[in-house]
Amino acid sequence: MTFGIHRRGGFPALAALAVVALAATACGGSSGGSTNNAGGGTSASPVAGCEDFAQYGNLKGKTVTVYTGIVTPEDQLLKDTWAPFEKCTGATIKGEFDKSFEAQILVRAKAGNLPDIGIVPQPGLLKALIATGKAVPADQATIDAVDKNFAPSWKDLGSADGKFYAPPQNANIKSFVWYSPKEFTSKGYTIPKTLDELKALSDKIAATGKKPWCAGISSGEATGWPVTDWMEDWMLRLYGADEYDKWVNHSIAFNSEEPTAALDAVGAYLKNSKYVNGGLGDVKSIASTTFQDAGTPILKGQCSMHRQASFYAANWPKTAKVAPDGDIFAFYLPGVKAEDKPVLGGGEFMLGFRDAPEVHAFQAYVSSTTWANLSEQGGGGRCVTPNKNADPAKAASCSDIDKLSISILQDPKAVFRFDGSDAMPSAVGTNSFWKQATAWITGQSTKDTVDKIEASWPK
Amino acid sequence: MTTTHKFLTMFEAIGLFVAVVGVILTLASRFSGRKGDRIVAAAFLLPTVALISVGLLYPGLKTIYQSFYNAAGNAYVGFDNYSTIFSDPDQRTVLRNTVMWVLITPFVATAIGLLYAILVDKARVEALAKALIFLPMAISFVGASIIWKFVYDFRPDQPGIKQTGLLNEIIVKLGGSPHQFLIDSPLNNIFLILVMIWIQAGFAMTVLSASIKAIPEDIVEAARLDGVRAWAMFRYVTVPSIRPALIVVLTTIGIGTLKVFDIVRTMTGGNFDTSVVANEFYSQSFRAGNQGLGAALAVLLFVLVVPIVAYNVRQLRSSEGR
Repeated sequence: MTFGIHRRGGFPALAALAVVALAATACGGSSGGSTNNAGGGTSASPVAGCEDFAQYGNLKGKTVTVYTGIVTPEDQLLKDTWAPFEKCTGATIKGEFDKSFEAQILVRAKAGNLPDIGIVPQPGLLKALIATGKAVPADQATIDAVDKNFAPSWKDLGSADGKFYAPPQNANIKSFVWYSPKEFTSKGYTIPKTLDELKALSDKIAATGKKPWCAGISSGEATGWPVTDWMEDWMLRLYGADEYDKWVNHSIAFNSEEPTAALDAVGAYLKNSKYVNGGLGDVKSIASTTFQDAGTPILKGQCSMHRQASFYAANWPKTAKVAPDGDIFAFYLPGVKAEDKPVLGGGEFMLGFRDAPEVHAFQAYVSSTTWANLSEQGGGGRCVTPNKNADPAKAASCSDIDKLSISILQDPKAVFRFDGSDAMPSAVGTNSFWKQATAWITGQSTKDTVDKIEASWPK
Repeated sequence: MTTTHKFLTMFEAIGLFVAVVGVILTLASRFSGRKGDRIVAAAFLLPTVALISVGLLYPGLKTIYQSFYNAAGNAYVGFDNYSTIFSDPDQRTVLRNTVMWVLITPFVATAIGLLYAILVDKARVEALAKALIFLPMAISFVGASIIWKFVYDFRPDQPGIKQTGLLNEIIVKLGGSPHQFLIDSPLNNIFLILVMIWIQAGFAMTVLSASIKAIPEDIVEAARLDGVRAWAMFRYVTVPSIRPALIVVLTTIGIGTLKVFDIVRTMTGGNFDTSVVANEFYSQSFRAGNQGLGAALAVLLFVLVVPIVAYNVRQLRSSEGR
């Protein structure tokens, strides 16, 4: 099946113009999509720019409510990718943008007050929501689009009990270390290619009397999550993807040998008073520093490196140039060997709660390459999608860091793994792992920490 | 649902309410005499009882029921959740913190309120002085928490770094080194409790001040003629006269303190050993997905509040009886 994505080359350039034009000419009824369902796609719609939308049918007067934790300014970028769908199918997409999505969606599931679609940022929460029995499996058109556009691991993440529910939306990469290219050039530091080189570089900087690292894990009730990312990165690097999966699925205990060693390896950085916490205080100050503030000492020359996901690009002041030759940029957190390319990342999934054509059509649309290209084209925080057919050329307006992310995601050698704490049961992934990691930073031993997390794992 | 639709629903609901009340009134008016009075009383009570059953009794019983079930709410576990609360080291820290909150907040806030009320009583700037301490009452708990988070803010003692927190700035100016107020347990609990006292002292002051002003002038004068000094006046005249008000203030702040949630959640998120029962109930129910333990914590909170409420009611009765 083709899904009407014939004119890939010219489409997005046209789209922006077409959208403006369409606003005036009201295409709703004229798109003629109702006779033109998933199988078709060959007969072009009379309205320019709407050819790729014919397959979704005429959805005039229909409304799809979308609930998400994505908030300003990214909400606007998201709405921009919805606009062509609304214009061409006549449907209305009503977004509800709420920071406390992750806590509220379960409450709403219990209260029976669910949206049509929830944009779920964690596989663990996704599983919990599907387990409520209120989620609706994806329809065939969405499944076909996902098979065509995404690596199988992404489909697995959106599935439960052999049924596919939620297509992926945007993705991000967490295995980054932020640094100052200017400092590295002037001091003659080179970007480390292995974990040993990273350690050697840290020692080298520490020997000059400067604290090489800065870190912060404070984040309201989610305080502690950045430590979970550190631990996952090291687990994935030291023991490989298989062992990582076993750890996340609890095939090996949280307090078994490998995870304990991985946390200790992280401790060699985060709990090393020679390494932290440049410009922010002692080791304990990691717990009280918000993750947003944690990287900023790099710009003041108070520390040299900060391990944080790609989204951190938004936290730098406007005056700082984020580029490979600028004030600040990120390098890929290396593996044990230079040829290893483990990638830790995250993503969002579109979970449906209402069995209606417009809801399925919208899910299929977000799974399409049309949507992925639009999202890349919009720039900002919505650039990176795991859609392997997305056109890298459309990412021209994206930041350098997003382009780096896209190239890492499309690298065939990359071994991508989802943020493990997100995939763990919520009693661990959004509670004890955060809490105990915070206690670990403020002095709790590694053994007590992994023992307590293991004890909290639901039996 | 469109806005018009929502309004229509609202008017429907109001119409329904009026109709139901109308029916009840009409029916009630048909009865008279002694037996009739009872029927009238029952007719008026019925809607209230029904609503309390649906809105309070049923959820309450359901919570108690859930507290005997496991995390997913599908298997009976007996008193396991309760034994977790009293045996798990982290949960015991939660209990310890709650005890700290309840023992310190009501007494300190009431004491400060009382002292302040006496000090400013009949002073020249009484209105202004009272307004100043009452002001924090007008600020929401979350707002107050954010304000105090800035007061406690920490920056390291390193060259080129300025303190942003008020308290640490004062400490540094006096030659000390900055302190992590919110991290070092168990003292960090005291710094959280301080926020609650800051809010509640104004409430205590207002109620107690009004009650001090209500002390009959002749009692005070008689005491003065007997040569009573300030302390004795306070101990034997003021405090006994305002005893009912004192108890109301203490118990009200006590109940509020037991339920404290906003301050802890905003300032530390329950980290650094600062969680309290209400915060833990929320985290367990809605973040950890442990319905059973969450429900058990809610029940525990209820059990802890009951004696205070009961005492309050008894006091109210005995003061009415006088």
